[in-house]
Amino acid sequence: MLRKTMVSALIAGAVATSGVAQADSVKIGFVTTLTTPAAVIGEDMKNSVELALEHIGNKMGPLDVELIFEDDGFKPDIGKTKTDKLVKQDDVDFVTGFIWSHVLLASAKSVLDADKFLISANAGPSQIAGKRCHPNFFSSSWQNDQTPMAMGEHLNQTGVKSLYVMAPNYAAGKDMVRGVESTFKGKVLGKDMTKWGADAQLDFSAELAKAKSSGADALFVFYPGKAGGAFIKQYQQAGLQGVMDLYTVFTVDSIALPKLQAGGLSGVLGSKNTQQWSPDILNAANQRFVSEYLARHGKYPSFYGAQSYDAIMLIKSAVEKVNGDLSDKDAVRAALKQADFDSVRGKYSYGNNHMPIQNFYLREVVEDGEGRWTTKIVSTVLTNHQDPYAKDCKM
Amino acid sequence: MDWSLLITQLLNGLQLGLLLFLLASGLTLIFGIMDFINLSHGSFYMIGAYFCGTVVAITGSFFIGVVFGLVGIFIVGAAVEWFIARRLYRSDHLDHVLVTFGLILIFDTLVHLLWGAQGMAIPLPDMLNGQIRIGELVLPTYRMLIIGCGLGVAALLYVLVVRTRLGMLIRAGASNRTMVEALGININRLFLVVFALGAAMAGFAGMLIAPITEASIGMGNDIIIVAFVVVIVGGIGSVKGAFYAALILGMMDTLSRSYLDVVLGWFMPVTYAETAAPALSAMLIYILMAAVLAFRPQGLFPPAGAK
Repeated sequence: MLRKTMVSALIAGAVATSGVAQADSVKIGFVTTLTTPAAVIGEDMKNSVELALEHIGNKMGPLDVELIFEDDGFKPDIGKTKTDKLVKQDDVDFVTGFIWSHVLLASAKSVLDADKFLISANAGPSQIAGKRCHPNFFSSSWQNDQTPMAMGEHLNQTGVKSLYVMAPNYAAGKDMVRGVESTFKGKVLGKDMTKWGADAQLDFSAELAKAKSSGADALFVFYPGKAGGAFIKQYQQAGLQGVMDLYTVFTVDSIALPKLQAGGLSGVLGSKNTQQWSPDILNAANQRFVSEYLARHGKYPSFYGAQSYDAIMLIKSAVEKVNGDLSDKDAVRAALKQADFDSVRGKYSYGNNHMPIQNFYLREVVEDGEGRWTTKIVSTVLTNHQDPYAKDCKM
Repeated sequence: MDWSLLITQLLNGLQLGLLLFLLASGLTLIFGIMDFINLSHGSFYMIGAYFCGTVVAITGSFFIGVVFGLVGIFIVGAAVEWFIARRLYRSDHLDHVLVTFGLILIFDTLVHLLWGAQGMAIPLPDMLNGQIRIGELVLPTYRMLIIGCGLGVAALLYVLVVRTRLGMLIRAGASNRTMVEALGININRLFLVVFALGAAMAGFAGMLIAPITEASIGMGNDIIIVAFVVVIVGGIGSVKGAFYAALILGMMDTLSRSYLDVVLGWFMPVTYAETAAPALSAMLIYILMAAVLAFRPQGLFPPAGAK
């Protein structure tokens, strides 16, 4: 009897304290990859989130911010377990992060079924943009197909007639391939989907030999994280430079470039890629973000970081609009939907499926004033572009 | 038929096979002679790459990096044998697996602490970054170097195993360990040398691949599974078996990656073939292993006299 009373007293105490914590703090769970080689991406996101929290003085409206990082280990099952933990044990208000589409697809239900808000800071799988869209899901990045669609347009403009396509064999890889194929008007002469995950294929000798013998004008690839650097290196070693032009999405970024520079692979200078953001976008928020990130970490932030920074600012804008009252979910949702904050990419809006409607730019790899390799915007390829799955979303 | 593509792919298969051989030869000796399952063999592959990369970053010379890397990884291998493996030879396989799995985690974390998560690019001298042209064929110089090194090590190992006293002991140990001990051979020293040699070969493989794929945490864990398949297909304890099995698996993997989608396209719609081919080519080596285990469980080339 006594034991029972003690237990209920403890439970009551725990409920009481968590109740208090609820009242004056906003809890945010951030799921990213902090182990395996993909941890370089996770670290970039973490650095950016920490910078964002510093910029807002760790406050959103009247509430203190309590942030919990979780590591998905680059695996959907671990990502889901960690998301469950954030939702059930930590009882967070927002879950954000998510580099990988397959991890997001596995984890989304846990957050959405619990009536919490899910903000993807990177992954944009077609499923969640279309049929599986949800009122509590928002993206601070893009839908997977959009960036390669922009690249397809650029290829048409440059007069590329035939293409060889390579991407990893997982949810996002398939979206990327579909994206470029949907806008590219020339012929796709061949396609390779390579093994992906913690034991991803990194030696592309067989695929590069196939690409070369296909005789295509150009090569389109999507290899995020460390695979990107490895790919560029092998592309150059295989002697394809100058034979088959390389066009990439999410491959040549601030994570790959310092390593390519250290490896002396100057062939990547001048190569083109598409993206919704670039370190050189001119607006006050971006200049502050990029310059302080550079000063602190000695390297440029990546788009992963920029989107994570935006995710925090998006949440802040919503918390401020509802004046810290997170119990009114409808109000929070309406506030998020306005995207009323200074995004580092510039102003954007949300479509019916809560994917951003935004510009996509053509970027070129250049050397900055201090000799660091970075990307610079050349032109705007798509203006206020909405993803093709929005029409499948009944919302 | 595109012959230059086929030749390129055969050479790519040979390169992959020789890398697998460098890993698997040490593994098969350690497994065959000491009856020790070393899951952390892949960690030597990773550490070799990081040692080499660090020395290259300091000295700027890839060759000095390889030499220092080899010495370093030999010492690490010897230390692992001396302090850890030695205590476990008499325990059963489950203990080996548990301890060496623990070692993987320790080595991965140590590398994370020492070198960070971002991986390490190893720059090559310009002459190795180019290509060799033979008629229509354009072959990356560095991949040819890997093939040369792999064949060289295989030849050295052959001489060592077949022509020297140490090799005789190694072969005897693989066939019948108890008898070697009974004849008064210092088995501890033999084990130490074989273990360190195996580690050095694994490390060498890591150094060779790192300029292509970069050194990264856990890089050995991906390939060690395939190396175990090589050991099983080739016959446990057989260096010759490891050599042939590594080449067979390397070729099979490369050729299926290059031609399976075309072949499948003859039987099914192209869109299905495109999805099925990568999945199937990732499975092929395991299908081969299953077939070998079913029809010839001692492996294709078991050591003479092995039970």
